[in-house]
Amino acid sequence: MSLFSFFGRRTSAPVARERLQILLAHERAIIGQSDLISILREEILAGIAKHIRMDPDKIHVKMERGDTVSTLEVEVEIPTPRAQSATGAGLASLVAG
Amino acid sequence: MAKVIVVTSGKGGVGKTTSTAAVGVALAQGGQKVAVVDFDVGLRNLDLVMGAERRVVYDFIDVIQGNAKLAQALIRDKRTDTLALLAASQTRDKDALTEEGVVRVIDELKENFDWILCDSPAGIERGATLAMRHADIAIVVANPEVSSVRDSDRMIGLLDSKTCKAEKGERIEKHLLLTRYDRVRAERGEMLRIDDVLEILSIPLLGIIPESQEVLRASNLGQPVIASNAMSAPAKAYRDAVRRLKGESVPMTIPSDRKGVFAKLFGQRAA
Repeated sequence: MSLFSFFGRRTSAPVARERLQILLAHERAIIGQSDLISILREEILAGIAKHIRMDPDKIHVKMERGDTVSTLEVEVEIPTPRAQSATGAGLASLVAG
Repeated sequence: MAKVIVVTSGKGGVGKTTSTAAVGVALAQGGQKVAVVDFDVGLRNLDLVMGAERRVVYDFIDVIQGNAKLAQALIRDKRTDTLALLAASQTRDKDALTEEGVVRVIDELKENFDWILCDSPAGIERGATLAMRHADIAIVVANPEVSSVRDSDRMIGLLDSKTCKAEKGERIEKHLLLTRYDRVRAERGEMLRIDDVLEILSIPLLGIIPESQEVLRASNLGQPVIASNAMSAPAKAYRDAVRRLKGESVPMTIPSDRKGVFAKLFGQRAA
């Protein structure tokens, strides 16, 4: 026990420790999530590419986390076979609970 | 079989370059062949810490671009002849560091050395990701301080997902090197304690390097801290860390520099 804590002055290291624990629990969850998005993107792309020829850059996956419901939005642009230069777009989106 | 080690931290100024030089010297003093490679293109400093700044003729980028052979670019250490340095380029754009180039150089180094130490730049951009990419072992350098611990946590996440080993489903060996530790301040509750940092980061501890005036003295002189004063506390701590790295079991102690009467009294009272 140090003299400082004996006289009741709050030491700063336990505060640092607590702040880090809370912050990192949160950040680890978020970073795990961004990996999930890229995995989903790759797998959805591979699934679609089996059947339709498409540009890998024309797929957008977005996840929004809410308190009660989270949404997963998948947007895929598919070129129409006749007008390859024009960008005909098919849109698919799905909502996940 | 050569081992590739990355020395990384995320945050700058925590002691990556100092630690790379010290670990490199300690490994090489055991007679093994060691190459230390600076990945900090544009802000190289490993050459300066090792006192080789005036002997850099060719650098890492020259080798990648074919302007020089690897053997021409490697700088042999003046004191330890089994130690060699590959300097980063100070003038080129950091985009010159290419994935294929790095693989080629590391593969060639593996044929000639037992240990390859990659000194990562700070941050999480190309230089840092390429420095860790081909590593078998990571030394995560952290100070007992909130921003350093947070950044280390992030680097551990990257080591587990973005390295070749991780992508092959293997585990990269990770070790924590806690630097600038002040035992007295930690005991007073003014600095994160070793077990706090270990609990938060949950990777095994390789060593504790005490805060010491010897580190600045060594860099002033251009000598790795192990070479400038072999009996100093950080030199002992780095040698112990390297013995652990080689698989020896060494009790975890925090060496201290000899103190005057006043410092001793003060240290005891605060303990």
